[in-house]
Amino acid sequence: MAISKEKVLEDLKQKFSDNILEITAQFGDDIICIKKEALLDIVNFLREEPYAFTMLLDLTCVDYMGEEERFEMVYHLFSLSNKLRLRFKTRLSEDDCKIDSLTPIFKNANWLEREAYDMFGVHFEGHPYLRRLFMYDGFEGHPLRKDYPLHKHQPKIPLRK
Amino acid sequence: MKYRIQQEAREGTMLLNMGPSHPAMHGTTRIMLELDGEKVVNCELEMGYLHRGFEKICESKTYFNMLIYTDRMNYVSPLINNTGYVMALEKMLGIEVPERSQYIRVILNEFSRVCDHLTALAAMCMECGAFTVFLYMMKAREYIWDLMEQTTGARMTTSFIRVGGVRSDFPADWKETTQIAIDETRKVLKDCHGLMSKNKIFLNRTRDVAVVTPELAINYGWTGPCLRSTGVNYDVRKAFPYLVYDQLDFEIPLGERGDNFDRYMVRMQEMEQSLRMVEQCMAKIPKPSSPYSSDGRGLDPAEAISASRTKKPGQGIRLSPNLEGTEKGKYPGILAGKKYIVPPKEDTYTNIEGLINHFKFFMRGHGIRPPKGEVYFSVEGGSGELGFYIISNGTDKPYRLHLRAPCFHIVAALEELVRGHFVADIIPTFGSMNMIGGELDR
Repeated sequence: MAISKEKVLEDLKQKFSDNILEITAQFGDDIICIKKEALLDIVNFLREEPYAFTMLLDLTCVDYMGEEERFEMVYHLFSLSNKLRLRFKTRLSEDDCKIDSLTPIFKNANWLEREAYDMFGVHFEGHPYLRRLFMYDGFEGHPLRKDYPLHKHQPKIPLRK
Repeated sequence: MKYRIQQEAREGTMLLNMGPSHPAMHGTTRIMLELDGEKVVNCELEMGYLHRGFEKICESKTYFNMLIYTDRMNYVSPLINNTGYVMALEKMLGIEVPERSQYIRVILNEFSRVCDHLTALAAMCMECGAFTVFLYMMKAREYIWDLMEQTTGARMTTSFIRVGGVRSDFPADWKETTQIAIDETRKVLKDCHGLMSKNKIFLNRTRDVAVVTPELAINYGWTGPCLRSTGVNYDVRKAFPYLVYDQLDFEIPLGERGDNFDRYMVRMQEMEQSLRMVEQCMAKIPKPSSPYSSDGRGLDPAEAISASRTKKPGQGIRLSPNLEGTEKGKYPGILAGKKYIVPPKEDTYTNIEGLINHFKFFMRGHGIRPPKGEVYFSVEGGSGELGFYIISNGTDKPYRLHLRAPCFHIVAALEELVRGHFVADIIPTFGSMNMIGGELDR
């Protein structure tokens, strides 16, 4: 029995009334802004039947430089049996740029979080192997941050012995 | 920092490096292996050798300029990438695309999918020793690319799908070219089925190698043929129909075991379905609102400008094939949304309003400016769900663009899949995943 989107949002609102800041929709996509502490609980809750959001479609980060809480983590969850996509967003401040890792729940979160760490410098707590994914060891800075210049030159790193 | 594989290395094992420059790595990826004899004990993938900073570049380009970058993501099926990007923008702008260009998009998309599968399987079979299959499949691809070349003017970097429709209509004799492409591809598929599908050597190397359960595939975020090979019925074209896919009759081939052979077989069957869809589109495509003419007459731009000083020239402008622009009467009824398409060159050269429109489109801060907000749109790419996540801040450049590359999630599973198998099993496993460097590393 497929469950409707309205029902999912209704249940979420009831269960996590304290941790959900806002539920909006834009261009037909549903957006749920949550507190970062509740991320794991909400994902675990939605994984269960009848919601069955078993796939992490995408995970990325956005840098809103100049705003109080600078980074925004964006998660796209997908339910195969209900054919529903939901987008979860949560804000991180620059000083406390940490969020719980989703690696215990989703295996592809491993690389996705490494990418976000590489590009934005967000730390994922509980990640087993947080290492740069696209860039190399010794790369300075995080390229997708807005304060990283487009044509910045990197220092040469010595050959490994 | 030491690599994980170095930290975890056991005593008495050997560390071996495959790639980044290795013929079986389909691009540049480095696989680090820990071997016990010939058995893979541990494996780690290192990538980023083809990282071009796609997402960073996009933040400094206008929406129109960025189209060419999407060609270079999955360079085997660039038209699907174009479609995904353009349709994400259309979702923001709220443009309804004319029916004829929807059909054109579907035909080109399905042919691109065939190309993508042909390339993936050709490489996979070649690495298993079947060089003939490689050559046959490359031959089929050439016939398809004949149509692509005639239509888009390019074989790989097409930039053909535009906001509001497509860049141009099909050439006059497209139906013959398409029919030849379909027939030749069918012949090749039949031959390759005969050569590979019951081939003992191929079966030994692929059957029950790197088996993926549906749960594992979903947990890794697999989509596309790789997910369907495990028996999970999910296809973006059926689940969230876009373009005219809901009006077409096609099936979703599914696998049973989720091993390398199933990934091969699902792709083979999917190609047949794609060809079926193209045939249906050929029959269903609406007629152009006025017949296509390519008589080659026309004024050179300089002549047109001098003619326009006294009166409006009646003839079209002869354009260099390198020049961008629609020619007004030539491509009727395939573009929608006047504000978002490149203004016709006739008008640009011959009247002041046209010139202003041209500048309004290309000037910084003008052109395509989606409303503030964020959007996620996905299409079924060659190897899975290809999603574009775009954040617009109301200007002509995206604030942030993220590409959900399908093979990123698929290749992430390689480390786990090859563990316990032989070194030789890595080759067909990696081949069946269809790793595309441009998409993986972005």
